[in-house]
Amino acid sequence: MIFIEDKQMVIPGDVLADKEYQSGRGTFKEDDKICSSLVGLVAVRDKKISVIPIQSKYIPKRGDVVIGEITDIRFSMWNLNINSPYSGILPASDVFGKEKRDLSKAFVVGDVLFLRVVDVDEVKKVKLGLKGRGLGKFRDGILIYITPTKVPRLIGKKGSMINMIKDETKCEVVVGQNGVVWVKGDPSMERVAEKVINMIEEQAHTSGLTDRVRNMLYKLLGKENPEEALESEKPEKALEPENPEKEKEPFDEEDEEENGEDLIQ
Amino acid sequence: MITILTNKILNKSSTPSKRADGRASDDLRPFKIEAGVLERADGSAYLELGGNKVMVAVYGPRELHIRRLMQPDRAVLRCRYNMAPFSVDDRKRPGPDRRSIEISKITSEAIMPAVFLERFPRSTIDVFIEVLEAEGGTRCAGITAASVALADAGVPMRDLVVACAAGKSDGEVVLDLSEAEDKDGEADVPVAIMPRTGEITLLQSDGHLTSEEFEKALNMAIDGCMKLSKAQKEAIIKRYGD
Repeated sequence: MIFIEDKQMVIPGDVLADKEYQSGRGTFKEDDKICSSLVGLVAVRDKKISVIPIQSKYIPKRGDVVIGEITDIRFSMWNLNINSPYSGILPASDVFGKEKRDLSKAFVVGDVLFLRVVDVDEVKKVKLGLKGRGLGKFRDGILIYITPTKVPRLIGKKGSMINMIKDETKCEVVVGQNGVVWVKGDPSMERVAEKVINMIEEQAHTSGLTDRVRNMLYKLLGKENPEEALESEKPEKALEPENPEKEKEPFDEEDEEENGEDLIQ
Repeated sequence: MITILTNKILNKSSTPSKRADGRASDDLRPFKIEAGVLERADGSAYLELGGNKVMVAVYGPRELHIRRLMQPDRAVLRCRYNMAPFSVDDRKRPGPDRRSIEISKITSEAIMPAVFLERFPRSTIDVFIEVLEAEGGTRCAGITAASVALADAGVPMRDLVVACAAGKSDGEVVLDLSEAEDKDGEADVPVAIMPRTGEITLLQSDGHLTSEEFEKALNMAIDGCMKLSKAQKEAIIKRYGD
């Protein structure tokens, strides 16, 4: 028995289904019943029920690429804020190798880096690394913080959403899986991108978002919308085939092509 | 506008109700709950219950820097209940006092069973309950609003904890005591429950009640909780507009 529909909004404690279903992310099992533990939208895949949260904190996972800001320099490592309940560390050896050098020569407090989560141990110590294509320090640009669960929505199917923002604003955009977005371009364009990204975050749980983002971009840029004229004749688009879990995959190829020139090593 | 009710008005009232504000014995005061009212907090809620106005902000799960508080296997839930100096008729001296320290503690203990704290070891979830206007029953209002704010913050929970008080005033067992009823009354029983399972997470009793009266008060409070629970759910759904 299932008590809810796919994509329905649920809140903590809502009973979703009974034991013939499997309990997925954002749910828990109690007395043979599957209940939601979060405020979010239900996703039913075969017999597995999960809840995609509307709001969440980033929990570091090995292999994720994240954007972090240096908060402290210690004897042999940097401390980084990665927009999570757990701060990250970047060991000096990862940057200098065996060599002993002054850490503040490489990065100082306030620097923004693009990193990979190398390891998360049982005491939640998050080890970060800079080894990999595209990883390194960002110069200039602005940071925008969004809810980590909305990252797949911001990227869109095969990067459609993020590429549209990049093309229209002529900004470089890099998204970390921890919900930090780095945007660099003309200052006025940066502001446009920021507005659009904040709008996506706010409306991530609604459908037909890509069209609304396109309209907003054209409006903010003062451009004619080539589709506007046709819009009235087009029937209302049906529910956009959104699948946050699947959209996550194109992420990796998506972001690493950039910032080659910003590499330290 | 807040009208200050005392049991003296009660006798002048033309309505047959024995209560000062004309409510039936099992009526709640009018209430309103809103989620996501603060821009900078991870989660927030605003609740009005009669003359009570309560604002709750939730931050976290976030990094805990105080080593001695850190729990290796779960998050700590820190609550702070605070009454604004202007929240009562006679100015309240600002800062924590014996009463607000107690309420902070029981609030955190009332909510803790519902939160999946073990998902965030070594971190903290901070709940700030600010009473802007007080008119009796603020601890229950605080707990009810706090669980809405926690849900708004995306903290995983088993259920939304909801609290409501019942008591005895003028020889009658009544639900949701107002300030006047609480002050002149014989007893006050605040109750917090997890509505899905009916588990009680907070039960206090102040004053004199016979065991029958206590049972009646407890059942009345649970019924009140169920009514508030519905409003909590609506508040969260409304926050996202669908």
